[in-house]
Amino acid sequence: MIKTDAIIIGAGPVGLFAVHQLGIKGLKSIVIDNLDKAGGQCIELYPDKPIYDIPAVPECTGEELTKNLLEQIKPFNTEFFYNERVDEVMQDKDNWIVKTNNNNEFTAPNIIIAGGVGSFEPRKLSLKEAEKFEGKSIFYAVKNKEAFKNKNISIFGGGDSALDWTLELSKFSKINLIHRRDEFRGAPHTLAEIKKLEKDGKISIKTPCQLESIEGDKDIASITIKFDDGKTEKIKTDTILSFFGLIMKLGPIAEWGLNMNKKTIEVNSENFETNKKGIFAAGDICHYPGKLKLILSGFHEVALASVECFKRARPEEKYRFEFTTSSKTIQDRLGKK
Amino acid sequence: MPKITYISHNNKKVTVEVPIGLSVMEGAVQNNVEGIDADCGGSMACATCHVYVSENWLTKIEKIHDAERDMLDMAYEPKNNSRLSCQITVSNELDGLEVTTPIKQS
Repeated sequence: MIKTDAIIIGAGPVGLFAVHQLGIKGLKSIVIDNLDKAGGQCIELYPDKPIYDIPAVPECTGEELTKNLLEQIKPFNTEFFYNERVDEVMQDKDNWIVKTNNNNEFTAPNIIIAGGVGSFEPRKLSLKEAEKFEGKSIFYAVKNKEAFKNKNISIFGGGDSALDWTLELSKFSKINLIHRRDEFRGAPHTLAEIKKLEKDGKISIKTPCQLESIEGDKDIASITIKFDDGKTEKIKTDTILSFFGLIMKLGPIAEWGLNMNKKTIEVNSENFETNKKGIFAAGDICHYPGKLKLILSGFHEVALASVECFKRARPEEKYRFEFTTSSKTIQDRLGKK
Repeated sequence: MPKITYISHNNKKVTVEVPIGLSVMEGAVQNNVEGIDADCGGSMACATCHVYVSENWLTKIEKIHDAERDMLDMAYEPKNNSRLSCQITVSNELDGLEVTTPIKQS
Protein backbone atom coordinates (compact mmCIF):
# COMPACT_ATOMS: atom_id res chain seq x y z
CA MET A 1 0.00 0.00 0.00
CA ILE A 2 1.34 3.41 -1.01
CA LYS A 3 1.04 6.17 1.63
CA THR A 4 0.76 9.77 0.59
CA ASP A 5 -0.82 13.07 1.66
CA ALA A 6 -3.42 13.30 -1.09
CA ILE A 7 -4.76 10.96 -3.75
CA ILE A 8 -5.80 12.85 -6.85
CA ILE A 9 -8.28 11.17 -9.15
CA GLY A 10 -7.99 12.55 -12.66
CA ALA A 11 -4.95 13.92 -14.50
CA GLY A 12 -6.77 16.70 -16.33
CA PRO A 13 -5.76 20.34 -15.88
CA VAL A 14 -7.43 20.61 -12.48
CA GLY A 15 -5.85 17.40 -11.15
CA LEU A 16 -2.45 18.59 -12.36
CA PHE A 17 -2.80 21.98 -10.72
CA ALA A 18 -3.88 20.24 -7.51
CA VAL A 19 -0.43 18.61 -7.47
CA HIS A 20 1.04 22.10 -7.63
CA GLN A 21 -1.09 23.63 -4.90
CA LEU A 22 -0.43 20.69 -2.58
CA GLY A 23 3.24 20.61 -3.56
CA ILE A 24 3.99 24.21 -2.67
CA LYS A 25 2.47 23.51 0.75
CA GLY A 26 4.88 20.63 1.18
CA LEU A 27 2.32 17.90 0.61
CA LYS A 28 2.98 14.80 -1.47
CA SER A 29 0.38 13.45 -3.83
CA ILE A 30 -0.16 10.72 -6.40
CA VAL A 31 -2.39 10.93 -9.46
CA ILE A 32 -4.58 8.18 -10.92
CA ASP A 33 -6.17 8.38 -14.38
CA ASN A 34 -8.04 5.92 -16.56
CA LEU A 35 -6.39 7.27 -19.70
CA ASP A 36 -2.83 6.50 -20.77
CA LYS A 37 -1.61 10.08 -20.39
CA ALA A 38 -2.24 13.38 -18.66
CA GLY A 39 -4.60 16.06 -19.95
CA GLY A 40 -8.08 14.62 -19.54
CA GLN A 41 -10.71 16.24 -21.74
CA CYS A 42 -8.14 18.79 -23.00
CA ILE A 43 -6.18 15.99 -24.62
CA GLU A 44 -8.97 13.59 -25.51
CA LEU A 45 -11.55 16.02 -26.80
CA TYR A 46 -9.73 19.07 -28.09
CA PRO A 47 -5.92 18.69 -28.18
CA ASP A 48 -5.57 21.14 -31.11
CA LYS A 49 -8.46 23.45 -30.37
CA PRO A 50 -7.51 26.79 -28.86
CA ILE A 51 -8.61 27.81 -25.38
CA TYR A 52 -9.00 31.56 -24.90
CA ASP A 53 -9.93 31.93 -21.26
CA ILE A 54 -6.91 30.88 -19.25
CA PRO A 55 -5.90 34.06 -17.36
CA ALA A 56 -2.78 35.70 -18.82
CA VAL A 57 -2.63 33.09 -21.60
CA PRO A 58 -4.41 34.74 -24.55
CA GLU A 59 -4.52 31.52 -26.53
CA CYS A 60 -3.30 27.96 -26.08
CA THR A 61 -4.36 24.50 -27.16
CA GLY A 62 -5.41 21.70 -24.83
CA GLU A 63 -2.12 20.02 -25.55
CA GLU A 64 -0.04 23.10 -24.72
CA LEU A 65 -1.96 23.71 -21.53
CA THR A 66 -1.30 20.14 -20.40
CA LYS A 67 2.38 20.33 -21.33
CA ASN A 68 2.81 23.56 -19.36
CA LEU A 69 1.01 22.23 -16.31
CA LEU A 70 3.22 19.12 -16.34
CA GLU A 71 6.26 21.40 -16.56
CA GLN A 72 4.97 23.47 -13.66
CA ILE A 73 4.65 20.42 -11.38
CA LYS A 74 7.93 18.80 -12.40
CA PRO A 75 9.74 19.83 -9.18
CA PHE A 76 7.39 17.69 -7.12
CA ASN A 77 8.33 14.38 -8.82
CA THR A 78 4.77 13.17 -8.55
CA GLU A 79 3.99 9.57 -9.37
CA PHE A 80 1.25 9.02 -11.97
CA PHE A 81 -0.76 5.84 -12.30
CA TYR A 82 -2.22 5.76 -15.80
CA ASN A 83 -4.63 3.24 -17.33
CA GLU A 84 -6.08 2.72 -13.88
CA ARG A 85 -9.54 3.39 -12.62
CA VAL A 86 -10.39 3.86 -8.97
CA ASP A 87 -12.94 1.23 -8.10
CA GLU A 88 -13.22 1.39 -4.33
CA VAL A 89 -12.88 4.02 -1.66
CA MET A 90 -12.90 2.89 1.98
CA GLN A 91 -12.57 4.77 5.24
CA ASP A 92 -9.83 3.83 7.71
CA LYS A 93 -10.23 6.10 10.74
CA ASP A 94 -8.97 9.53 9.59
CA ASN A 95 -7.56 8.12 6.37
CA TRP A 96 -8.97 6.91 3.09
CA ILE A 97 -7.97 3.76 1.23
CA VAL A 98 -8.30 3.72 -2.53
CA LYS A 99 -8.20 0.57 -4.66
CA THR A 100 -7.82 0.57 -8.43
CA ASN A 101 -8.84 -1.96 -11.06
CA ASN A 102 -5.13 -2.72 -11.39
CA ASN A 103 -5.03 -3.84 -7.74
CA ASN A 104 -2.98 -0.88 -6.58
CA GLU A 105 -3.79 0.40 -3.10
CA PHE A 106 -3.20 3.88 -1.77
CA THR A 107 -3.86 5.52 1.55
CA ALA A 108 -4.04 9.19 2.44
CA PRO A 109 -5.98 11.57 4.66
CA ASN A 110 -7.20 13.37 1.53
CA ILE A 111 -8.74 12.46 -1.80
CA ILE A 112 -9.29 15.11 -4.47
CA ILE A 113 -11.71 13.98 -7.14
CA ALA A 114 -10.91 15.95 -10.28
CA GLY A 115 -12.58 13.47 -12.56
CA GLY A 116 -14.21 15.79 -15.11
CA VAL A 117 -17.28 13.97 -16.28
CA GLY A 118 -15.99 10.55 -15.32
CA SER A 119 -13.66 8.13 -17.01
CA PHE A 120 -13.26 7.89 -20.75
CA GLU A 121 -14.22 4.65 -22.43
CA PRO A 122 -14.43 3.81 -26.12
CA ARG A 123 -17.84 4.21 -27.68
CA LYS A 124 -18.93 0.77 -28.76
CA LEU A 125 -20.75 -0.53 -31.81
CA SER A 126 -24.48 -0.43 -31.28
CA LEU A 127 -25.24 -3.83 -32.84
CA LYS A 128 -26.14 -6.42 -30.23
CA GLU A 129 -24.09 -9.18 -31.85
CA ALA A 130 -20.99 -6.99 -31.54
CA GLU A 131 -20.73 -7.88 -27.84
CA LYS A 132 -19.90 -11.54 -28.32
CA PHE A 133 -17.02 -10.73 -30.68
CA GLU A 134 -15.56 -7.95 -28.54
CA GLY A 135 -11.94 -8.54 -27.63
CA LYS A 136 -11.75 -11.51 -30.05
CA SER A 137 -12.44 -9.99 -33.43
CA ILE A 138 -13.92 -6.59 -32.63
CA PHE A 139 -11.57 -4.01 -31.14
CA TYR A 140 -11.85 -0.39 -30.09
CA ALA A 141 -8.12 0.22 -29.88
CA VAL A 142 -4.95 -1.30 -31.28
CA LYS A 143 -2.69 -2.44 -28.48
CA ASN A 144 -0.39 -4.70 -30.48
CA LYS A 145 -0.43 -4.24 -34.22
CA GLU A 146 1.21 -7.64 -34.81
CA ALA A 147 -2.18 -9.16 -33.99
CA PHE A 148 -3.63 -7.38 -37.03
CA LYS A 149 -1.34 -8.91 -39.65
CA ASN A 150 -2.70 -10.71 -42.72
CA LYS A 151 -6.35 -10.07 -41.94
CA ASN A 152 -9.42 -8.72 -43.64
CA ILE A 153 -10.07 -5.69 -41.49
CA SER A 154 -13.06 -3.39 -41.63
CA ILE A 155 -12.32 -0.07 -39.97
CA PHE A 156 -15.22 2.16 -38.92
CA GLY A 157 -14.91 5.88 -38.29
CA GLY A 158 -13.99 9.10 -40.03
CA GLY A 159 -11.50 10.75 -37.73
CA ASP A 160 -7.78 10.61 -37.02
CA SER A 161 -7.72 7.18 -35.35
CA ALA A 162 -9.61 5.50 -38.18
CA LEU A 163 -7.39 7.14 -40.81
CA ASP A 164 -4.08 6.57 -39.04
CA TRP A 165 -4.76 2.88 -38.44
CA THR A 166 -5.96 2.44 -42.00
CA LEU A 167 -2.59 3.73 -43.20
CA GLU A 168 -0.59 1.67 -40.74
CA LEU A 169 -2.43 -1.64 -41.03
CA SER A 170 -2.77 -1.46 -44.81
CA LYS A 171 0.94 -2.32 -44.95
CA PHE A 172 0.16 -5.91 -44.12
CA SER A 173 -3.61 -6.42 -44.16
CA LYS A 174 -6.57 -5.83 -46.44
CA ILE A 175 -8.50 -2.79 -45.21
CA ASN A 176 -12.02 -1.56 -45.79
CA LEU A 177 -12.51 1.93 -44.43
CA ILE A 178 -16.19 2.52 -43.70
CA HIS A 179 -17.73 5.84 -42.74
CA ARG A 180 -21.23 7.25 -42.43
CA ARG A 181 -20.53 10.22 -44.68
CA ASP A 182 -18.22 11.09 -47.54
CA GLU A 183 -15.94 13.50 -45.70
CA PHE A 184 -13.12 12.34 -43.48
CA ARG A 185 -11.54 14.51 -40.84
CA GLY A 186 -7.77 14.29 -40.67
CA ALA A 187 -4.49 16.02 -41.36
CA PRO A 188 -4.18 16.98 -45.05
CA HIS A 189 -1.19 14.70 -45.67
CA THR A 190 -3.03 11.76 -44.07
CA LEU A 191 -6.04 12.36 -46.30
CA ALA A 192 -3.77 12.53 -49.34
CA GLU A 193 -2.14 9.23 -48.43
CA ILE A 194 -5.52 7.59 -47.94
CA LYS A 195 -6.64 8.79 -51.37
CA LYS A 196 -3.49 7.45 -52.95
CA LEU A 197 -3.89 4.04 -51.31
CA GLU A 198 -7.43 3.84 -52.60
CA LYS A 199 -6.36 4.83 -56.10
CA ASP A 200 -3.66 2.17 -56.05
CA GLY A 201 -6.22 -0.40 -54.97
CA LYS A 202 -4.50 -0.98 -51.64
CA ILE A 203 -7.54 -0.14 -49.55
CA SER A 204 -11.22 0.16 -50.23
CA ILE A 205 -13.35 3.02 -48.94
CA LYS A 206 -17.08 2.64 -48.38
CA THR A 207 -19.20 5.76 -47.79
CA PRO A 208 -21.80 6.91 -46.88
CA CYS A 209 -22.87 3.81 -45.04
CA GLN A 210 -23.25 2.18 -41.68
CA LEU A 211 -22.91 -1.28 -40.23
CA GLU A 212 -26.08 -3.29 -40.73
CA SER A 213 -25.14 -6.76 -39.45
CA ILE A 214 -22.29 -9.07 -38.57
CA GLU A 215 -22.31 -12.62 -39.86
CA GLY A 216 -20.46 -15.47 -38.27
CA ASP A 217 -20.67 -17.90 -35.42
CA LYS A 218 -17.45 -18.19 -33.43
CA ASP A 219 -15.49 -15.93 -35.72
CA ILE A 220 -16.69 -13.14 -37.94
CA ALA A 221 -17.17 -14.31 -41.52
CA SER A 222 -18.49 -11.14 -43.08
CA ILE A 223 -20.30 -7.92 -42.36
CA THR A 224 -23.14 -6.23 -44.17
CA ILE A 225 -23.13 -2.49 -44.59
CA LYS A 226 -26.05 -0.35 -45.65
CA PHE A 227 -25.56 2.68 -47.84
CA ASP A 228 -27.62 5.84 -47.45
CA ASP A 229 -29.55 4.99 -50.64
CA GLY A 230 -30.71 1.73 -49.05
CA LYS A 231 -28.39 -0.60 -50.92
CA THR A 232 -26.52 -3.18 -48.90
CA GLU A 233 -23.18 -4.86 -49.45
CA LYS A 234 -21.60 -7.90 -47.87
CA ILE A 235 -17.88 -7.55 -47.12
CA LYS A 236 -15.55 -10.38 -46.25
CA THR A 237 -14.22 -9.46 -42.83
CA ASP A 238 -12.55 -11.27 -39.98
CA THR A 239 -11.64 -8.28 -37.83
CA ILE A 240 -13.50 -5.07 -37.03
CA LEU A 241 -11.85 -1.96 -35.67
CA SER A 242 -14.21 0.75 -34.57
CA PHE A 243 -13.18 4.33 -33.78
CA PHE A 244 -16.20 6.32 -32.71
CA GLY A 245 -14.40 8.31 -30.07
CA LEU A 246 -14.72 8.11 -26.37
CA ILE A 247 -17.66 8.43 -24.06
CA MET A 248 -17.51 9.60 -20.50
CA LYS A 249 -18.82 7.41 -17.74
CA LEU A 250 -19.10 8.48 -14.15
CA GLY A 251 -18.49 4.88 -13.16
CA PRO A 252 -17.92 3.76 -9.57
CA ILE A 253 -17.71 7.35 -8.20
CA ALA A 254 -21.52 7.29 -7.89
CA GLU A 255 -21.25 4.48 -5.33
CA TRP A 256 -18.93 6.10 -2.80
CA GLY A 257 -21.70 7.56 -0.67
CA LEU A 258 -21.11 11.13 -1.79
CA ASN A 259 -24.02 13.53 -2.15
CA MET A 260 -24.65 13.83 -5.86
CA ASN A 261 -26.44 16.34 -8.05
CA LYS A 262 -27.21 14.45 -11.26
CA LYS A 263 -23.75 13.44 -12.45
CA THR A 264 -21.85 15.89 -10.29
CA ILE A 265 -20.68 15.83 -6.67
CA GLU A 266 -22.01 18.34 -4.15
CA VAL A 267 -19.30 20.35 -2.40
CA ASN A 268 -19.19 23.46 -0.23
CA SER A 269 -17.60 26.46 -1.85
CA GLU A 270 -15.26 27.25 1.07
CA ASN A 271 -12.93 24.29 0.68
CA PHE A 272 -14.69 22.10 -1.87
CA GLU A 273 -15.07 19.24 0.54
CA THR A 274 -17.87 16.76 -0.12
CA ASN A 275 -20.17 15.35 2.55
CA LYS A 276 -17.28 13.03 3.51
CA LYS A 277 -14.46 14.66 5.51
CA GLY A 278 -11.25 14.54 3.55
CA ILE A 279 -12.86 13.84 0.18
CA PHE A 280 -12.84 16.88 -2.06
CA ALA A 281 -14.17 17.40 -5.57
CA ALA A 282 -12.97 20.06 -8.00
CA GLY A 283 -13.33 20.97 -11.64
CA ASP A 284 -16.21 19.89 -13.87
CA ILE A 285 -17.25 17.10 -11.53
CA CYS A 286 -18.13 19.30 -8.56
CA HIS A 287 -21.31 21.23 -7.99
CA TYR A 288 -22.14 24.22 -5.78
CA PRO A 289 -24.38 27.24 -6.27
CA GLY A 290 -23.08 29.31 -9.17
CA LYS A 291 -20.63 26.64 -10.37
CA LEU A 292 -19.13 27.31 -13.79
CA LYS A 293 -17.48 24.47 -15.68
CA LEU A 294 -14.36 26.44 -16.55
CA ILE A 295 -10.75 25.35 -16.18
CA LEU A 296 -9.99 28.53 -14.25
CA SER A 297 -12.75 27.71 -11.73
CA GLY A 298 -11.14 24.32 -11.20
CA PHE A 299 -7.79 25.98 -10.47
CA HIS A 300 -9.40 28.14 -7.80
CA GLU A 301 -11.20 25.15 -6.33
CA VAL A 302 -8.04 23.06 -5.84
CA ALA A 303 -6.17 26.03 -4.39
CA LEU A 304 -8.75 26.29 -1.62
CA ALA A 305 -9.13 22.53 -1.20
CA SER A 306 -5.36 22.15 -0.76
CA VAL A 307 -5.46 24.32 2.39
CA GLU A 308 -7.92 21.95 4.04
CA CYS A 309 -5.82 19.02 2.79
CA PHE A 310 -2.83 20.54 4.59
CA LYS A 311 -4.75 20.84 7.86
CA ARG A 312 -5.78 17.18 7.64
CA ALA A 313 -2.37 15.89 6.61
CA ARG A 314 -0.39 18.00 9.12
CA PRO A 315 -2.73 18.42 12.10
CA GLU A 316 0.19 19.26 14.38
CA GLU A 317 1.40 22.13 12.17
CA LYS A 318 -0.06 25.58 11.75
CA TYR A 319 -1.02 26.51 8.19
CA ARG A 320 0.72 29.66 7.00
CA PHE A 321 -0.46 31.45 3.89
CA GLU A 322 2.52 32.33 1.71
CA PHE A 323 3.21 33.87 -1.67
CA THR A 324 5.40 32.01 -4.18
CA THR A 325 7.12 35.31 -5.01
CA SER A 326 8.42 35.88 -1.50
CA SER A 327 8.45 32.54 0.32
CA LYS A 328 11.87 30.97 0.64
CA THR A 329 10.24 27.67 1.67
CA ILE A 330 8.09 27.48 -1.45
CA GLN A 331 11.01 28.44 -3.67
CA ASP A 332 13.05 25.61 -2.11
CA ARG A 333 10.21 23.19 -2.83
CA LEU A 334 10.18 24.40 -6.43
CA GLY A 335 13.94 23.93 -6.63
CA LYS A 336 14.55 27.63 -7.24
CA LYS A 337 17.73 29.22 -5.97
CA MET B 1 -42.27 31.64 -24.99
CA PRO B 2 -41.50 29.11 -27.74
CA LYS B 3 -42.68 25.59 -27.06
CA ILE B 4 -40.30 22.73 -27.82
CA THR B 5 -41.47 19.13 -27.94
CA TYR B 6 -39.10 16.33 -27.07
CA ILE B 7 -40.17 12.91 -28.34
CA SER B 8 -38.52 9.86 -26.84
CA HIS B 9 -37.55 6.83 -28.94
CA ASN B 10 -40.73 5.10 -27.73
CA ASN B 11 -42.87 8.07 -28.71
CA LYS B 12 -43.43 9.72 -25.33
CA LYS B 13 -43.88 13.44 -25.88
CA VAL B 14 -42.89 16.18 -23.47
CA THR B 15 -43.54 19.80 -24.38
CA VAL B 16 -41.82 22.58 -22.47
CA GLU B 17 -41.52 26.32 -22.84
CA VAL B 18 -37.94 27.34 -23.49
CA PRO B 19 -36.80 30.97 -23.27
CA ILE B 20 -35.46 32.51 -26.47
CA GLY B 21 -31.68 32.28 -26.64
CA LEU B 22 -31.30 29.04 -24.74
CA SER B 23 -30.34 25.93 -26.65
CA VAL B 24 -32.69 23.03 -27.21
CA MET B 25 -30.28 21.02 -25.04
CA GLU B 26 -30.55 23.51 -22.16
CA GLY B 27 -34.34 23.46 -22.49
CA ALA B 28 -34.25 19.70 -21.92
CA VAL B 29 -31.71 19.69 -19.08
CA GLN B 30 -33.36 22.53 -17.15
CA ASN B 31 -36.73 20.81 -17.35
CA ASN B 32 -35.40 17.34 -16.54
CA VAL B 33 -36.46 15.98 -19.93
CA GLU B 34 -35.06 12.49 -20.25
CA GLY B 35 -33.05 11.31 -23.22
CA ILE B 36 -30.55 14.17 -23.42
CA ASP B 37 -27.39 13.72 -21.34
CA ALA B 38 -25.22 16.68 -22.42
CA ASP B 39 -22.16 15.42 -20.57
CA CYS B 40 -19.88 18.21 -21.78
CA GLY B 41 -22.36 20.96 -20.90
CA GLY B 42 -22.76 22.35 -24.41
CA SER B 43 -19.17 22.74 -25.60
CA MET B 44 -19.80 20.41 -28.55
CA ALA B 45 -17.32 17.90 -27.24
CA CYS B 46 -19.35 14.80 -26.44
CA ALA B 47 -22.32 14.10 -28.76
CA THR B 48 -24.59 13.11 -25.88
CA CYS B 49 -27.30 15.69 -26.66
CA HIS B 50 -27.92 14.12 -30.06
CA VAL B 51 -31.44 14.50 -31.50
CA TYR B 52 -33.23 13.77 -34.76
CA VAL B 53 -34.99 16.73 -36.35
CA SER B 54 -37.89 16.18 -38.75
CA GLU B 55 -37.30 17.22 -42.36
CA ASN B 56 -39.64 20.22 -42.28
CA TRP B 57 -37.80 21.72 -39.31
CA LEU B 58 -34.28 20.92 -40.51
CA THR B 59 -34.32 23.78 -43.01
CA LYS B 60 -35.55 26.27 -40.40
CA ILE B 61 -32.81 25.80 -37.84
CA GLU B 62 -29.31 27.20 -38.06
CA LYS B 63 -27.10 25.42 -40.56
CA ILE B 64 -24.87 22.64 -39.34
CA HIS B 65 -21.13 23.40 -39.10
CA ASP B 66 -18.24 21.07 -39.83
CA ALA B 67 -17.29 20.73 -36.18
CA GLU B 68 -20.81 19.61 -35.30
CA ARG B 69 -20.80 17.17 -38.19
CA ASP B 70 -17.51 15.72 -36.96
CA MET B 71 -18.91 15.35 -33.48
CA LEU B 72 -22.05 13.65 -34.80
CA ASP B 73 -19.83 10.90 -36.20
CA MET B 74 -19.34 9.94 -32.58
CA ALA B 75 -23.05 9.93 -31.74
CA TYR B 76 -25.13 6.84 -31.17
CA GLU B 77 -26.80 5.87 -34.48
CA PRO B 78 -26.52 9.17 -36.33
CA LYS B 79 -28.79 9.74 -39.32
CA ASN B 80 -29.03 12.40 -42.00
CA ASN B 81 -31.36 14.44 -39.80
CA SER B 82 -29.14 14.24 -36.73
CA ARG B 83 -28.18 17.39 -34.86
CA LEU B 84 -26.61 18.23 -31.55
CA SER B 85 -29.31 19.95 -29.53
CA CYS B 86 -26.73 22.21 -27.86
CA GLN B 87 -26.21 23.83 -31.25
CA ILE B 88 -29.86 24.68 -31.85
CA THR B 89 -30.76 28.06 -30.37
CA VAL B 90 -34.39 28.57 -29.49
CA SER B 91 -36.09 31.48 -31.27
CA ASN B 92 -39.63 32.54 -32.09
CA GLU B 93 -39.24 30.85 -35.47
CA LEU B 94 -38.67 27.55 -33.71
CA ASP B 95 -41.90 27.70 -31.71
CA GLY B 96 -43.40 24.23 -32.06
CA LEU B 97 -40.13 22.49 -32.90
CA GLU B 98 -40.18 18.75 -32.36
CA VAL B 99 -37.02 16.76 -31.79
CA THR B 100 -36.71 13.02 -31.26
CA THR B 101 -34.12 11.57 -28.94
CA PRO B 102 -32.24 8.37 -29.83
CA ILE B 103 -32.59 5.08 -27.93
CA LYS B 104 -29.56 6.07 -25.92
CA GLN B 105 -26.90 8.75 -25.98
CA SER B 106 -23.75 6.68 -25.55
